[in-house]
Amino acid sequence: MSVELFAPFIGIESQPVKNEVEKGAIRKFAEAIGDPNPIYRDEAYAKTTRFGRIIAPPTFSRTFDYGEIPGLRFKREGLIHGEQHFEYRQPIGAGDVLYCSTKLADAYEKEGKLGKMTFLVYEQKGMNESGETVFLARSIVIYRG
Amino acid sequence: MTNKRWQAGDTIGPLVKPAVSKTQLVMYSGASGDYNPIHTVEEFAQQAGLGGVIAHGMLTMAFVGQLLTDTIGTEGDLLKFGVRFTGMVRPGDVITCEGRVQHTRMEGGRQVVTCEVWAATQKGEKVVVGQAEFACPVE
Repeated sequence: MSVELFAPFIGIESQPVKNEVEKGAIRKFAEAIGDPNPIYRDEAYAKTTRFGRIIAPPTFSRTFDYGEIPGLRFKREGLIHGEQHFEYRQPIGAGDVLYCSTKLADAYEKEGKLGKMTFLVYEQKGMNESGETVFLARSIVIYRG
Repeated sequence: MTNKRWQAGDTIGPLVKPAVSKTQLVMYSGASGDYNPIHTVEEFAQQAGLGGVIAHGMLTMAFVGQLLTDTIGTEGDLLKFGVRFTGMVRPGDVITCEGRVQHTRMEGGRQVVTCEVWAATQKGEKVVVGQAEFACPVE
């Protein structure tokens, strides 16, 4: 049943959402993951690096708003994360403005440890204001609806 | 900073993180915006058949991310980073992150290093396995 639910949405992309990268959000994220690196919190130090500003940890882009795939609504509680991949083209820094979107790239069914499961493959991207790709991401989540 | 020249077989890490706590899962939920109750609500996680709350896979991936950024420093760039989540992490688990260089190549005056990375619990169970690629300047 569930694969049929997702099939019509394969290939559909969200409208890009404007995200402003906040230094406070980066610091909180770094604290939550227990990473003491000063590049995530110390502006004076960050200015001495070639980035010239506070930058975000490698997995921070997951916190952005990617918008909604039009019409795709389902219960997200209980989703299980199967895989996550990132490709980085440019650093993400505090003060940057990124336009982020998501697309359901694929949906398929597989027999797994917990019975029949639906795998959803999402592809995300973040673009800067000049229209350059800053990062690409691909995630696989498991739906057990 | 002295830039090391990487070779296939070189080890990366280990990075041993403090035990994951329920407070950390609440902090990570807030910092990431991932409020899936399997990470914070004991009853929900029980009913979902998970035997209690489990850590966000992305939290463990972030630990491996720290291993990589600690290794690369600010002169290098992480180019690619991908993982599979292969096991559950629970409060109290001590996660160790490690990696091993698979191959290297020169590109635009920098050394591009491909490595396998993983994170394991104190019981030795691998909970994250993946691959990363980074570029470092070579003097």
